[in-house]
Amino acid sequence: MNNRKIGDVILDVNNISLSFGGVKALTDISFDVREHEVRAIIGPNGAGKSSMLNCINGVYQPQDGTISFRGQTFHHMNSHQVATMGIARTFQNLALFKGMSVVENIMTGRNLRIKSNLFLQALRLGPAQREEEAHREFVEHIIDFLEIQAYRKTPVGLLPYGLQKRVDLGRALAMEPQVLLLDEPMAGMNLEEKQDMSRFVLDVNDEFGTTIVLIEHDMGVVMDISDRVVVLDYGKKIGDGTPDAVRNNEDVIRAYLGTSH
Amino acid sequence: MEQTFPALVCAHSAKRPQAAAMREKEFGIWQVTTWQMLESQMMTLAAGLQGLGVKRGDHVVVIGANRPRLYASMLAIQAVGGIAVPLYQDAAAAECVFPIQNAEVSVVIVEDQEQVDKMLEVREQIPALAHILYHDPRGLRHYDAPGLGSLDDLQESGRQALAANPSAVRSVIESIQPDDVAAMFFTSGTTGNPKGVVHTHFTLLDRARVGRDFDQLTHDDEVLAYLPPAWIGQNIFSFAQWLATGYVVNCPESAGTVQIDLREVGPTYYFAPPRVFEGLLTSVMIRMEDAGTVKRGLFKFFMDVAKRVGTRKMDKQPTGLLDNLMYAVGNLLIYGPLRNTLGFSRLRVAYTAGEAIGPDLFTFYRSIGINLKQLYGSTETAVFVCLQPDHQAKPDTVGVPCEGVEIKLSDSGEILVKSPGLLKAYYKNPEATAEVLTADGWYHTSDAGFLDNDGHLKIIDRVKDVGRLAGGSNDGAMFAPKYIENKLKFFPVIKEAVAFGDGRDRVCVMLNIDFEAVGNWAERRGMPYAGYTDLAQKPEVYELMKDCLQQVNADLSRDDKLSGSQIHRFLVLHKELDADDGELTRTNKVRRGFIGDKYGVLLEALYDGRTEQHIETQVRFEDGRTGVVSATLQIADCKVFSPMHAAA
Repeated sequence: MNNRKIGDVILDVNNISLSFGGVKALTDISFDVREHEVRAIIGPNGAGKSSMLNCINGVYQPQDGTISFRGQTFHHMNSHQVATMGIARTFQNLALFKGMSVVENIMTGRNLRIKSNLFLQALRLGPAQREEEAHREFVEHIIDFLEIQAYRKTPVGLLPYGLQKRVDLGRALAMEPQVLLLDEPMAGMNLEEKQDMSRFVLDVNDEFGTTIVLIEHDMGVVMDISDRVVVLDYGKKIGDGTPDAVRNNEDVIRAYLGTSH
Repeated sequence: MEQTFPALVCAHSAKRPQAAAMREKEFGIWQVTTWQMLESQMMTLAAGLQGLGVKRGDHVVVIGANRPRLYASMLAIQAVGGIAVPLYQDAAAAECVFPIQNAEVSVVIVEDQEQVDKMLEVREQIPALAHILYHDPRGLRHYDAPGLGSLDDLQESGRQALAANPSAVRSVIESIQPDDVAAMFFTSGTTGNPKGVVHTHFTLLDRARVGRDFDQLTHDDEVLAYLPPAWIGQNIFSFAQWLATGYVVNCPESAGTVQIDLREVGPTYYFAPPRVFEGLLTSVMIRMEDAGTVKRGLFKFFMDVAKRVGTRKMDKQPTGLLDNLMYAVGNLLIYGPLRNTLGFSRLRVAYTAGEAIGPDLFTFYRSIGINLKQLYGSTETAVFVCLQPDHQAKPDTVGVPCEGVEIKLSDSGEILVKSPGLLKAYYKNPEATAEVLTADGWYHTSDAGFLDNDGHLKIIDRVKDVGRLAGGSNDGAMFAPKYIENKLKFFPVIKEAVAFGDGRDRVCVMLNIDFEAVGNWAERRGMPYAGYTDLAQKPEVYELMKDCLQQVNADLSRDDKLSGSQIHRFLVLHKELDADDGELTRTNKVRRGFIGDKYGVLLEALYDGRTEQHIETQVRFEDGRTGVVSATLQIADCKVFSPMHAAA
């Protein structure tokens, strides 16, 4: 059914090591992400998943290693630069503006694409208004896509958690990203919300061709929706491959189920 | 005057090409379809259907929510001489098989991926099904099932066909006769396969026009189409009457936004089953309970004024000067804002039908100045049989027979109807047709009732459901289950009630709490609960239910005929009754017999005096998977009152 084309490597992580003082968060991690694929990073708590995402995202600066995006190589990324290059992310603990409505929150995702200057915007002069309308229209398409029409004007803080997660995804989509980093998109959700979110992740990947890198510790979900999976444990890569290969990997089983010593 | 639906579209388009025919909220904005656009959509879709080989007399199924293009599709089907067969969009895939096979359908038009998936799931059982056409392409890009196509492509091919032969569709439209079959509606039968009710252009249009003239509807009226188009009620209001009148039909953005859209549109003509009015009232009441003391006090005070004065005003009965003044103040402070919150500010005529409405619920709406009325009809009668005239709406009747209708009672008390709007037949089912439509032209409604002194029809229950108690102190007393259930359901905390008693010595009921209302009630009391099942079994909730039941019993005890039907014992079910589990019909009526069988152990426990009973129930989720819910249910007694005769 799903015959979308997986392309060449667009994001390549090489030998990344990150430590905080004496704590080694990541040790010599390398993996790649191909265009249009759904790539998962999994691992038990404290394995370094979010740290890895934060390195790609430019929030943390690794001591060693490089990250290449579309052929350009960086020693460390910078958040603003990452965003302009077309990498968007969502957050594990929802960094939404709670008092603002759903529309307003998603509109903030268009920020980078607004061309008119502050002066024009403040006075709502012709070009600024036209531009805002165009952005608003784009946001409406996202709202339609994520099926949150009923909550357009609702302050985000009043929405249930599952819907807030959807708004967070909507804001990231508003950037029209090429690569979408999702930090535990299903954490804290019930089964139905997880199914909905999985559907949206797959739909984003399918409809817009967006490459998706997601962190998740719900194995069931990951195995169902990912093309390839990287497994981290104590900051080290212990597995990498298709969901089936990873599922049968001895090291992975040990990391998840523990071993008798 | 145009006598067929496609001809009406052409006439509207010629007369008022730029006027809005439909609106649909999409991307946050109400997008207009003018009559001209509608006509051209109908033409291109029709030409496209001709290209697929759809011809006169063919049935084409339409499944989806209220979308302008799906309405245009129904028109297109009729424009090529075909018969539109709308099916419920929330029906399970298996439920669609029979209608499609029965009507030998080769083309289905569906809304979106969800419906396409359903069709593909059952396709093997329906080899004749050659084409599945969808409206919304989302998620369908990689589907490659044979015969799957989009309405966009269909319209494109239709456009080309029309360019080559501009009169291809118009010549067919001109040849359609009023007595040609226009649509078929499958009724949600309680037993056996559903039956296809066959209606012609004439039967539907005749009734639609009678209704239009009765309430003086014009093309300035506004309607919100939010119920399933497969239900004849919605179909009459947003299709037959729409075309007969030329008003604007508004389609909500999604099922979740209906309430918001209702407020934005502010319909002038509105139709809803009692359940919807009930839901609206419940949500208002819950919000009122959370309001501050002053607001709550004001609300209570003025609602009492409304109860005393409002209904009298509605019925054009004399009211005192002081009362008038109080009502005017109330209108300014409470009723007006309340109507606005409900989305009823511009409402001129509202109807409820499908089920009996609780008298308190009915008078509530009328008392705040909403012209809510009742009508009586069914799929088989193309809805309009009886209508309540303005100022004569009684809560317990369904109005006077409307133009062209004759009513009489059979010996068993069954209501018989003769009307120009009666069904032509049940499709391919002469036995069933003969059962309800006798040779002398009377349609047997299977409702029990009578005409009161003012000529208003009063419905008691279904003929087959009216039973008698047997044995015990009330031997032989009449038992009208629906009457009791309706009384119970008026309490905002009770969502559903099922009464048992026929052939038994006393009446017992199974209840569903209203999760929202009771959940709110529990929260205000600081009562923790883990979910529906847990909340339903709380002793406090049982006390709450018991209060409601005893009020009903006190009420019943005042009625000579019904005092024997007082409720002796009850339980609260551990799961919500659901159409997916077969416990409700698709129009959300309880299937008493089915529930009695399914929960046989509970029924037994109700009657043999047990105080609790364990039960395990299979539930079916929307995606077709099943799970098990189990619980130990409490069974409680209620107080019964001795019959109170009117003081001599």
